[in-house]
Amino acid sequence: MKNNVATGAFRLNSELLGRLLTMGAAVIAIISVVSIVSFITVKGMSTFIINGVSVKEFLFSTQWWPDRPPENGGPQVGVLVFIFGSITIAALAVLLSAPLSIICAVFMAEIAPSWGQRFLQPSIELLAGIPSVVYGYIGLSLLVPFIRDNIGGMGFSILAGFLVLSIMILPTIVSVLTDSLRSLPREYKEAALALGSTRWQSICHVLIPAARNGLITGIVLGLARAFGEALAVQMVIGNMRKMPTSIIDPVITLTGAITMDMGNTPMGSLWNNALWSMGLFTLMMSCFFILVLRFVVRKGGVAR
Amino acid sequence: MNSRRIDRIATVIFWSGALAVIFFLGAIIGYILYHGGKYIDWGFLTKPSQAISAGGGIGPQIFNTFYLLLLSMSITIPIGLLAGVYLSEYAGTNKLTEAIRLSIETLNSLPSIVVGLFGLLVFVNMTGWGYSLISGALALTVLNLPFMIRITEVSIRGVPDGLREGSLALGANHWQTICRVVLPAAFPGLISGVVITCGRVFEEAAALLFTAGMASPAMNFNQWNIFSGSSPLNPFRPAETLAVHIWKINAEGLIPDLRRVADGSAAVLILFVLGFNLTARWLGRRIHRKMTAT
Amino acid sequence: MKKAKFMVVAALCLSTVIALAGCGGQAAQQGTDNKAQQLSGNITAVGSTALQPLMEQAATQFMAKNPNAKVVVQGGGSGTGLTQVAQGAADIGNSDIYAEEKEGIDASQLTDHQICVVGMAAVVNPAITIDNLTKQQLVDIFTGKITNWNSVGGPDQKIVLVNRPKASGTRAVFKKFALGGAEEATGIEEDSSGTVRKIIHDTPGAIGYLALSYLDGSVKAVSLDGVAPNKENITTGKYLVWGYEHSYTKGKPSGVAEAFLNFMMTDEVQKNIVPQLGYIPGTEMKIVRSVDGSVKNK
Repeated sequence: MKNNVATGAFRLNSELLGRLLTMGAAVIAIISVVSIVSFITVKGMSTFIINGVSVKEFLFSTQWWPDRPPENGGPQVGVLVFIFGSITIAALAVLLSAPLSIICAVFMAEIAPSWGQRFLQPSIELLAGIPSVVYGYIGLSLLVPFIRDNIGGMGFSILAGFLVLSIMILPTIVSVLTDSLRSLPREYKEAALALGSTRWQSICHVLIPAARNGLITGIVLGLARAFGEALAVQMVIGNMRKMPTSIIDPVITLTGAITMDMGNTPMGSLWNNALWSMGLFTLMMSCFFILVLRFVVRKGGVAR
Repeated sequence: MNSRRIDRIATVIFWSGALAVIFFLGAIIGYILYHGGKYIDWGFLTKPSQAISAGGGIGPQIFNTFYLLLLSMSITIPIGLLAGVYLSEYAGTNKLTEAIRLSIETLNSLPSIVVGLFGLLVFVNMTGWGYSLISGALALTVLNLPFMIRITEVSIRGVPDGLREGSLALGANHWQTICRVVLPAAFPGLISGVVITCGRVFEEAAALLFTAGMASPAMNFNQWNIFSGSSPLNPFRPAETLAVHIWKINAEGLIPDLRRVADGSAAVLILFVLGFNLTARWLGRRIHRKMTAT
Repeated sequence: MKKAKFMVVAALCLSTVIALAGCGGQAAQQGTDNKAQQLSGNITAVGSTALQPLMEQAATQFMAKNPNAKVVVQGGGSGTGLTQVAQGAADIGNSDIYAEEKEGIDASQLTDHQICVVGMAAVVNPAITIDNLTKQQLVDIFTGKITNWNSVGGPDQKIVLVNRPKASGTRAVFKKFALGGAEEATGIEEDSSGTVRKIIHDTPGAIGYLALSYLDGSVKAVSLDGVAPNKENITTGKYLVWGYEHSYTKGKPSGVAEAFLNFMMTDEVQKNIVPQLGYIPGTEMKIVRSVDGSVKNK
């Protein structure tokens, strides 16, 4: 219908309509983002405002006794152990998953494009549709006993947690990176090859730097997912509220603790508020890591 | 000479890395299908589930999963797509859009149980809809919208500027350029985004426990009036999806044939996701070919 | 707070209105459509995941008898159940422990209905050759004083503690009545009964606790001071590690909620579904226990 009408009035109209439509959607999205962030901020701050817990104690104490009666020195809500667990597991998972994803994405986009696209990409995206609890169950059935028998410890460990997690975030990173590699103009690669570079040189010096935006986004989304994942990780890390001393020790994460206790604590109690504060902190922490990551990757890219 | 050797080593690394991932992938999928595949039969796929006795199926859960997917995607995709277009095409690069972008990325790290409780307070309690499909669909939208927006933006940004400039030079306005040139060129990326988002709907449990609920009351499959309480299409009825069902029986299930239902459901879910992905990709390729006329 | 909530609602309503094109009003009318029938209306029961299968089954039978009444049973945990019923967002709130024991709940406005009794047992990995523990041994194991099974006459095997999360009702009951309130040593914590059972079955030297309804032969229940954890010992008051499953209503129940809770106490539920699931009917208890833990004969 647009083909036959090419008058100035119509063109202006469709332009205006498009602008309004996209702006409306953006406003809805922004409102929903702002409302959930403010909701969590309000809920999360009540630990400090209503219950009067000091931020310093919350962040830097390892004493988590929300159920202890006042006569025994409670209740205490220090979450350092949880923070440590979350950061360790998420960082290790990204460190393992990111290089693997780059390899897979480059493989699918550049080395074996035909069957890579037809077969490999759908199967990697299949990983995104497996329920967390199934990952957790497989981890519990295979990985935990394997670690216990071959490496040591109880099996419930940081190691098991980040291995499961790195598989879970793989599809996100691979998918974003592959698509941005594929959308690069063919000429980039051809020019690089014509100039006499090997395939590796063209990948490493031309294609990956050119797809840098996709790479950052993929890793950032993967990292964010790693911080947020709860059910699967929680099944294989043992959830022990104690500072781990090695990679085969059990550990607990912020999201794991939130998932385990949220439903069982009444809303408005200190305990429940502390869990919301942990949720708020998860957000702030991943925000911080995303900023750092962007900074590092941008810098590295420019220097090249 | 040296760079040739590096190239060869790199090729070996890429091949072995990709093969290793394929191997693990195959192992996981094979494990799930092997353990659950043997329980799948027609009765299992169609019968209603049982709370305490053996022999239950997953019929209503399958229906709920797809219906919820449809509901939540019909909200998430248009809003996510248009908002992504706005952020990448219309919004300028200033501090405000940067902040929005950052919060969108950060929101991805929300544990889904937090989204679930947000949904419980806002969609379930405040609106008075109760545990319902629509509450679940909105909670899923809150969960998936950031990802959808970000993917749209990245795919659009990946479109070379030359295409845009060509279209504008030919006299198309900005909106026409977006619809006819930019979106078709970004289509493969958009499809991946949609497929991954749908995958998250298939697998999500924690956010739905508190919004769509974990009960599936009897449905009357002859009642297709959307406003009837027993109609499967009524968006205001509570509904349990397959992933929630798997979670529920794994966690606190008391049925004697727990492993049969849990493993069978997982295998069914994998097959659905696989079928869905392949169909979406196939459709996407066809549409893409039509749009770009190649 | 109020303002923030309002903003949230306003923002999300906007997107909903667009999505639904305004068909939201229909749902509210449904419940009141045909009041002429003897019993009609919708109620929601939310909370304890332990009580959920029982309630679901009872609700199915109840709805078969009262076609115009609808009972929706949801899980979500005891804390959610109590909060929701106290706020009036749910009609029935299910809980594993007394509302008085949860901090932050105004128990005075809630009416307690004790549906049934659930017994709990210390369970060990099947390879542990121990059938009985004294209460002191159990306390020493869970507080971390004893770390090897050979100190209590078992094999030379390190003890692995598997706890429920701190907020769990099962843990609260077990701590109060089996451990005498002693603080447990830090151990592995798992969220759900199914996972705890699997971990205890898989992990050498593991000990934990489960509701009797989850015992299926894959793990071994141990006696306490020579008293086996079974129905008879619980009803007669010999074995004390048990708790009530509560259904709370805000004030006195009425309408469908009242009829449903009455139905829960009929023989049809108490003599069939309750024992089938491994719970103990409240009607068969020869003793009663109050909030403070004091036991007396019925």
